[in-house]
Amino acid sequence: MPNPDTERILALYRTMHLIRTFEERVGVEMQKGNIYGSAHQSTGQEAVATGVVSQLRKTDYLFSNHRGHGHALAKGANPFAMWKELFGRAGGTCGGKGGSMHIADFSVGMLGANGIVADGATMAVGAAQAIRLLGEDRIVVAFIGDGTINRGPFSEALNWAKVYELPVLFVIEDNVYASTTLTKTVMAGQGVVARATAFGVPAINVDGNDVIAVSDVAATVVADVRASKGPRLLHATTYRVRGHLALDKMFYRDKKEIDDFMVHHEPIGKCRRWLTDHGTSASACDTIANEISATIERAVAEALAAPQPDARLAYTDVQDRGAPVWHG
Amino acid sequence: MARMTYADAVRHALAEEMRRDKRVWALGEDLSTAHGNSSANQYTGLIDEFGSKRIVNTPISESTIMGAAVGAAVAGTRPVADLRMIDFGLCAIDELVNQAAKIRYMFGGQARVPLVVREAIGLKAGMAAQHTQSYEAWFAHVPGLVVVTPATPADGRGLLKASIRCDDPVVFMEHKDLWGLEGDIDLDDEGLVPIGKAKTLRAGIDLTIVAWSRMTHVSMLAADELAKQNVSTEVIDLRTIYPWDQQAVLASVEKTGRLLVVQESVLAGGFANEIAAEIAQQLHWKLHAPVARLGAPRIPVGYAPALEAEHRVEAAKIVQEGLRLVKASKT
Repeated sequence: MPNPDTERILALYRTMHLIRTFEERVGVEMQKGNIYGSAHQSTGQEAVATGVVSQLRKTDYLFSNHRGHGHALAKGANPFAMWKELFGRAGGTCGGKGGSMHIADFSVGMLGANGIVADGATMAVGAAQAIRLLGEDRIVVAFIGDGTINRGPFSEALNWAKVYELPVLFVIEDNVYASTTLTKTVMAGQGVVARATAFGVPAINVDGNDVIAVSDVAATVVADVRASKGPRLLHATTYRVRGHLALDKMFYRDKKEIDDFMVHHEPIGKCRRWLTDHGTSASACDTIANEISATIERAVAEALAAPQPDARLAYTDVQDRGAPVWHG
Repeated sequence: MARMTYADAVRHALAEEMRRDKRVWALGEDLSTAHGNSSANQYTGLIDEFGSKRIVNTPISESTIMGAAVGAAVAGTRPVADLRMIDFGLCAIDELVNQAAKIRYMFGGQARVPLVVREAIGLKAGMAAQHTQSYEAWFAHVPGLVVVTPATPADGRGLLKASIRCDDPVVFMEHKDLWGLEGDIDLDDEGLVPIGKAKTLRAGIDLTIVAWSRMTHVSMLAADELAKQNVSTEVIDLRTIYPWDQQAVLASVEKTGRLLVVQESVLAGGFANEIAAEIAQQLHWKLHAPVARLGAPRIPVGYAPALEAEHRVEAAKIVQEGLRLVKASKT
């Protein structure tokens, strides 16, 4: 008998596949030397972006971090433009001015990946204040890594969000590693939820490798935030399969740790098992995967064929007042 | 015409802009509580007119005051973030430099960041090393930022209004020692002062002095003294540090053939150097004397009057330097 949730879970499966295929191709293109700068992959973490964003509207605001491809894709950013951005080509999401670390698509409420950890948290509370001032019907979600919770501005932002009871959801995407350091070795206290609770911000743990669980828990907290009940924090535990950077050799951890995750916790396989257990055929799942592979294939080819941006654009969108050079 | 202090004038300007545009709001520490208990009463009474959603009293969280202003600006409002003084603003440099100044560019023009951040500068008697600094040059160095340094009540009002209307992030640097300065304001006039336009405070033919903020007043005293010694001095108040009014300075120095740039902050790495270098580069063959600069030695501000005085550029020093330039001239 078909489960009434099947269609919803299939959509989650599709988004996770899109993120996975995108991220794994990032590794390939990085090895080939096609990506000009650095890139941070979110392989293994797909359920967090997918599950949370599945409960958002296009008009909601999302602030991301340096590992932002998945958040952008889940929010609806165009993968064709994203590949052009990664390759530094005309037509990129930011016209080639940002690269992987600054992917933004304001047309879908994705207000930017960011190279400075914790700044998304402080900007999110400000955006929430703007929403309130303008009387708009939106909420703000800030995706924050586990390493970031040890930065001062994160604590400031939690306190601030609670003081003004702002419509902000902080999502702590806990992938175990802060850059190359095991986060638990540099973090005092009882963890993220305890820190949020200390500020009076209701917080909840969720298995970040279970997209259905993330989506369901996100539904509750997003509803609370949307109902003006104040800020919420979601702590989603997951795992970073790839390095801090795409070319990270990962000398700081045992490969067995990754193998164990892939066998027991990997989120896409878990979601696929749910689908096949509930009446979706394996071939239907394969079809989704194949469609996405073909899309990414086309996007990469199209982006590689695109020209670099006109060098004169280096001087645009700096500021209105004052010329970028004194001697034209 | 109304007589008012610098602090009153900028408070007036903020209120005028908040009445004009409902997207304008202010955030910072003590904005609704520090009424009239110091010279820094730029917010007195505004909470009563605009309420706590638009005059937001914040925790002592400089990073978030600045970060929230950036987030609120990209989300469609026009925040005025008050960090009290640049010394405190140093706690929020990241959000200003890495976010406010970069977002428009690095996101390919998808967003503007129309915010004003108030970071007062300047020496104030007895405030020692951490409440006296002037870092306008740092921000002039950052692409994406506008830096203004008004010296009078009228310019404070006019430049704050222009800054709030500007779509670029503007670092608005009042001088702590000028908040009590009185001046005439025509409240019937909009009084906008364009960003990037210098003002010639006094015309002269022998020497050009370029200054900004409090040093314009000290330079005017020096110009009076120089006049007594038969040196006709033109004094230019730059008013905006970036973009600075290069045309005004070039035109003046072409006429006088002598340039003295006077700044309050530490000379090494200061903005006087940028002006001096630019003018020397463009007008070298027309100069009667080498370009000169005055500023503070590269020492922190000491507390005791005798120590603090070493940091001050006084009128006598400007007079001395002006006379030296005239005497050192090749014609």
